[in-house]
Amino acid sequence: MDQRLWEEREKIYACWLCSFPAIRSRQLHRLYDIFGCMEGIYYAGREEWEKVLSPGQTELLKEYTAAWRPKEAYCRIRDQGFELVTFYDKAYPKRLKSIPDAPFFLFVRGKLPREDVPAVAVIGARECSEYGKFVAKQLGAVLGRCGVTVISGMARGIDGISQEEVLNVGGSSAGVLGCGADICYPARNRDLYERLARQGAVLSAYPLGTPALKRNFPPRNRIVSGMADAVVVIEARVKSGTLITVDMALEQGKEVYVVPGRVTDKLSEGCNRLIRQGAGVMLDPDAFVEELWELWERKNGYFQDKAHSTGRTVGKFTENGWAESGGEAVTDSISRIQEGQRTAALPPELEAVYKALDFEPRSAEEIRGKLPTEFRDRQIITCLMKLCMDKWAFQVSPGRFCRKGDGGI
Amino acid sequence: MYSAIFSGALQGIAAYLVSVEVDIARGLPAFYMVGSLSTEVRESRERVTVALKNVGMDLPPCHITVNLSPADRKKEGTAFDLPIAVGILESLNIIPRGVTDHILFLGELGLNGELKKARGVLPIVRAAAEGGIRECIVPGANAREGAVIPGIAVRGAENIRDIIKFFMAGKEEREIVLPAVSVDMSSLFSENREGSMGPPDFREVAGQESARRGAEIAAAGFHNMLMVGPPGVGKSMIARRIPGILPPLNLEESLEVTSVVSVAGLLEEGEALITKRPFHSPHHSISQAALIGGNNVPKPGMISLAHRGVLFLDELTEFPRASLDALRQPLEDRRVNIARVSGNVTYPSNFMLVCAMNPCPCGYYPDRNRCHCTEPEVHRYMGKVSGPILDRIDLCVELQPMNYFHLKEKQNGESSEEIRKRVGRAREAQRLRFQGTKYQFNADIETTSMEKFCTLGAEEEQCMEQLYHSLCLSARSYHRILRVARTIADLEGVERIGVEHLMEASFYRPSLEYWGC
Repeated sequence: MDQRLWEEREKIYACWLCSFPAIRSRQLHRLYDIFGCMEGIYYAGREEWEKVLSPGQTELLKEYTAAWRPKEAYCRIRDQGFELVTFYDKAYPKRLKSIPDAPFFLFVRGKLPREDVPAVAVIGARECSEYGKFVAKQLGAVLGRCGVTVISGMARGIDGISQEEVLNVGGSSAGVLGCGADICYPARNRDLYERLARQGAVLSAYPLGTPALKRNFPPRNRIVSGMADAVVVIEARVKSGTLITVDMALEQGKEVYVVPGRVTDKLSEGCNRLIRQGAGVMLDPDAFVEELWELWERKNGYFQDKAHSTGRTVGKFTENGWAESGGEAVTDSISRIQEGQRTAALPPELEAVYKALDFEPRSAEEIRGKLPTEFRDRQIITCLMKLCMDKWAFQVSPGRFCRKGDGGI
Repeated sequence: MYSAIFSGALQGIAAYLVSVEVDIARGLPAFYMVGSLSTEVRESRERVTVALKNVGMDLPPCHITVNLSPADRKKEGTAFDLPIAVGILESLNIIPRGVTDHILFLGELGLNGELKKARGVLPIVRAAAEGGIRECIVPGANAREGAVIPGIAVRGAENIRDIIKFFMAGKEEREIVLPAVSVDMSSLFSENREGSMGPPDFREVAGQESARRGAEIAAAGFHNMLMVGPPGVGKSMIARRIPGILPPLNLEESLEVTSVVSVAGLLEEGEALITKRPFHSPHHSISQAALIGGNNVPKPGMISLAHRGVLFLDELTEFPRASLDALRQPLEDRRVNIARVSGNVTYPSNFMLVCAMNPCPCGYYPDRNRCHCTEPEVHRYMGKVSGPILDRIDLCVELQPMNYFHLKEKQNGESSEEIRKRVGRAREAQRLRFQGTKYQFNADIETTSMEKFCTLGAEEEQCMEQLYHSLCLSARSYHRILRVARTIADLEGVERIGVEHLMEASFYRPSLEYWGC
């Protein structure tokens, strides 16, 4: 039989089994092992099914099969622009294949991540701080530029921000949802959802139309870490879904990197604890990308010079942003000079106020307290608003300001 | 016999003269009252007959008819007891005929003949004076209130016996029986200014620079203000001090304020004029009728009682949305019209709205170390304040938790006195600017006159354009910034709005991204 035709038929029958809820992934694997193809399972009939399934399940499956219209269901998925990928398909992500309890079916919209570049899961708190937002944005930009795929959950906060930035710089990203892949959750990320479907992929292990249920999210996290080579945690409280993902990543044998925070910040407590437990520390995204590529090349046996063909570039983190530089690493002292040059464009009082700002939101009074004495009696508010106007700072709330990372660029 | 006595009735906070006509004729004993009367006016029949009996004037069996004219207007209140009683006395020839001409009577009678406090004496006496009446007799408790009106002699009586005695006495002795009450206006006003019981002082507020400054700007331009901050940082403390930095009431304003309070029946016994800026802080469980005014028989609501003063809504998000939305029209028109079956009245409501709220359900947003509220929760909480109300708020300040250093270092702030001086100067500038226009304060400037009163130079124009883009302003917030900048310039005594004024004004804008709009 023609290979393509056969694949098509397989998909139709995969479609039959994928929307049958009362079956476990392990049972699916066993069924497939016995019959060798989806069509085989379909035509095997009741007695054969009972070798794997319980009598109750068989009964249900029989009823379900009787009511099922093969072409119709398949076309419905296709018409909505989704692709059904089964575990034994060639398109099934290889990294995901190796994890324990990998999902048998994946509903995908868009292009699944390339297998020849490393993938990183960027995860973190939904209710993140300005610092977290800043780091997520910068990390997303560097990863996107270097051609690394970013896997995340498309959630509010860190997830969404990093993915958005990857797409902004033209990189590729995959969003793994905890609901049906046709449902945009959270709804306010609709724009990101559409962009991911175009520029990367939106995927889910749940049948189309599954609502966002709380219990579906931890299994989703397993896919997020499973599809990646390494996991980067940006901000996490001690008790959080992020840390569940980290545990799964460790079980799957993925590398875990953590962005450190201040010991006083609750939102960094989870991260700092991971560092204590021996997680990798991500201080500089470029060094991290470098490390990642090396690791990946070693694992996949690539030659050193092959990396250049993928067109990655290397930048350097400065306090204000990761400035791109011509390829070789830049030392810390240079980044300081760069910042000096950047802020030199500002009048002295604005520069002083800018330096008193932080990624933590601060009130005008607090900022005044941090200024050198000669600037104390200036109109702080006017200075702050000037900085906001030129995008050096950002008014977080009516009375608080924080530094804007990409200011002045 | 027939007699006609002057009295007055209220219409909103204005009043009109009522002629109380009494006719006593022979016939079957009866007591008829006509003239669109409400229940409490009808009941005055019983009060009057019993009170007259108890002061020794038994009514003979006769046919009494009382008409309150103009008969087509709804009469309310108990203040017609006294004029009816006097009319009966005159018709019965107990007091000489003609002595009551050109005298206005007001007051409620007790069954023992005693005169009780009445509602709305000030506006009625004012209307009487304007109507050419030169003398009036009111209950003793209201005498000082009426006496602030020039050109009319106001006498306070405690009992109907005093009034009979007054009319029986000769012309010369009358002044001794019921002397005309006089009120020393200048002492009333100065008493307030130096009074030890004055409003709380801004000096007691520690730290909170930007909120203090915000309050000053708001007071100078009569802008509405919103304070956001965690619990216990002094939001209500600052709000309570705002009346103290507003310029003192002048006579005209004081009369308006007193009229409203008098109409609401809330004036204290023996009080002449209210010379302090009103400050009202209703609890958030307040009903819409109590806030806006209303009831079956319309009465001034909280917003009218706060006329010329401050209405402070603490915990703004807890107020029912319907009540807050009902504030929209009064905030815009500076008066409120209440239409009921019994009538259609307008009360003034030119108040300064000061609101306070927490930034999120737990109160600590955006301090992520303490606040665990999710973003949708914060947005939902903020969303309880409707956009249209927010549109009418010009200034928004955030208060920060205070550190120990600030707490210890008390009295570091300026006193209300100093701030009031600056506010006064800014007000004077506004008075001169708006002479001959319908505006009073910078907060009133409408978009159509924006160009005329908030003129910008080329540099400022460019700055505004930059602000507009970088802060993603809307047309409305753009105008808001201009209005506030105008006030800031006035506070500095500068006619031209400068870049720094615009910058400061934009700091106080209620910013959209923060509100999740």
